[in-house]
Amino acid sequence: MSSSLLAVENLRMHFPVREGVLMRTTAYNKAVDDVSLTISPGETLGLVGESGCGKSTLGRCIVRLYNPTSGQIRFDETDITNLTQRALLPYRQHIQMIFQDPMESLNARHSIGDILEEPLIIHKQGNAGERARRVTELLDLVGLPTRSRTRYPFEFSGGQRQRIGIARAIALRPRLIICDEPVSALDVSIQSQILNLLIQLQKEMNLAYLFIAHDLSVVKHISDRISVMYLGRIVETAESEKLYRSPAHPYTRSLISAIPVPDPKKRSPRPTLGGDVPSPINPPSGCAFHPRCPDCLPSCSGEPPDISVVASEHYVRCVLHSDSPAQTL
Amino acid sequence: MSLLDVNNLSCEFDTDEGRVRAIDEVSFSIEAGETLGIVGESGCGKSVTALSIMRLLPQPMGKIVKGSVTLNGQDLTSLNHQTMETIRGKQIGMVFQEPMTALNPVHTIGKQLLEGILLHETQNISSATALAMEILEKVGIPSPDIRMGEFPHQLSGGMRQRVVIAMALACKPTLLIADEPTTALDVTVQAQILDLLEELQNDLGMAVILITHDLGVIAEACDNVIVMYAGRVAETGSVYDIFDHSKHPYTKGLLASIPRLDSIPKTVLPVIEGIVPGLQDLPSGCRFSDRCTFSRPFCTSQTPSLAATFNVSTTAQSHRVACLRWQEL
Repeated sequence: MSSSLLAVENLRMHFPVREGVLMRTTAYNKAVDDVSLTISPGETLGLVGESGCGKSTLGRCIVRLYNPTSGQIRFDETDITNLTQRALLPYRQHIQMIFQDPMESLNARHSIGDILEEPLIIHKQGNAGERARRVTELLDLVGLPTRSRTRYPFEFSGGQRQRIGIARAIALRPRLIICDEPVSALDVSIQSQILNLLIQLQKEMNLAYLFIAHDLSVVKHISDRISVMYLGRIVETAESEKLYRSPAHPYTRSLISAIPVPDPKKRSPRPTLGGDVPSPINPPSGCAFHPRCPDCLPSCSGEPPDISVVASEHYVRCVLHSDSPAQTL
Repeated sequence: MSLLDVNNLSCEFDTDEGRVRAIDEVSFSIEAGETLGIVGESGCGKSVTALSIMRLLPQPMGKIVKGSVTLNGQDLTSLNHQTMETIRGKQIGMVFQEPMTALNPVHTIGKQLLEGILLHETQNISSATALAMEILEKVGIPSPDIRMGEFPHQLSGGMRQRVVIAMALACKPTLLIADEPTTALDVTVQAQILDLLEELQNDLGMAVILITHDLGVIAEACDNVIVMYAGRVAETGSVYDIFDHSKHPYTKGLLASIPRLDSIPKTVLPVIEGIVPGLQDLPSGCRFSDRCTFSRPFCTSQTPSLAATFNVSTTAQSHRVACLRWQEL
């Protein structure tokens, strides 16, 4: 896979759980466990799953806000997994992040102009005049009036703040943006404005997105391919239309059927997935989904299933499909 | 006579920027056993409507300035606090959005559940405990005897919401107000809670007011719908009227702007331009006029009243719309 912009291989992020007076490590929270994925230039990979499945941790590992326990993150064929913060700096401008809550991710004491200029200063881009022009350009790109530069985050609505977060993320002309639940805190009518902006910027700048969200209808709208995560592992990856039309993993099927359809004529009794996501500190044996799985077999609690190929570019981690094991991912 | 009749209800709040009217002339009624959905974006007055029915508006800022709320022939707005105490929890139950903040973290589940039962149902501790266990079992909490002694933090989000529902249902209310009961939950757990609410409603024959911003939830669960915008009712009718024959530009815009699972990915979503106006600076005339693509000059000078459209449905609540131009659109 030489064409990929980002390649993550067998990534693990295990947080130690410390207890007692001596703060001894008693267990590990396996937030991300053996995850592999690739993103091509200009592509959107959607990442869905219930809360606590490790989506955000994975995103934060990729931008190296966390130092992964093991595995490899390659950006543009360079291994960035163990780079020091200083050596990482040139890559930081290519990998940016948009956070869920723009109120918390924007410094309330900085004006919008300062917020947008900061990445340019850190990466020593242009002189003061050029930077000021770039800030104006950025505000224009995300659809905010130029006079916003002297104003402060609290003066903006949630949707406008998210536009500021997006402007900051694209300030350095990155090639990959990790979007961590960028629209889930927004109202319905604002959500579609932001989704349209993200799609438009992607076309203009050939951006790649890792789009993390729990809302499958939003993810499906924006993504080329989707990975479904459950308890630290990716259980299914497919092209988004294919994932929705022919989901292979029982978990993906349950997720899709649980989404309320905004059409009263399509109201029908549906099988509901029981129970909650188990704790990643002490996950179920074998396939982590087996205690909730409607199609569970006795063998599911034994060995964790390997990745199999159900169709081209459609990978699933489930014993029901184990007759076609994957050679590589 | 309807179970609940809300007539021209208006509430005002004293804020730093002066007095604002949070809801303006809201009228609706609900029959026994019916599910009424109230949908709208944040700040449109959904929760204020619910709180004023319960007479729980924040004091001393919030005040009902006009209108009546009639439950079983009794006007709740004129009752004193002692009488209201006998209605709250007994005749009207309420489920709040965030189950962690709705439960007191320092009291056990049992203690919090018993409080209402001891107040309204029986003074006898052992029969109250039996009743509490029965209701916990009914909302699908396994081993209720153990759970009664546990604290809220020991339960998952879905389980906590079940406890909150159990508290609301403990005294078998005739009306349940559920304010965003599933917003903080994952889709799979949301499906469980919606199924549970429907099942309990069928068992107990109570009416439910379901407040949500999620049109999918409305389509799945409600008989009749009220669409609110900036403190006023924009459109009301049966769930089929609203989803299939919506007349108000706001309702149409909302329905068009949500990404759907079966829509084509990466296409531009129709949007409602602009943001929900603040209560201090509402546009004159129709409050949606500044965002409405069909707006005409007279829309900013005349206030539309809720006019009945031809009756498409056979349900009791007729389809009404507050738009000056609905007949042309």
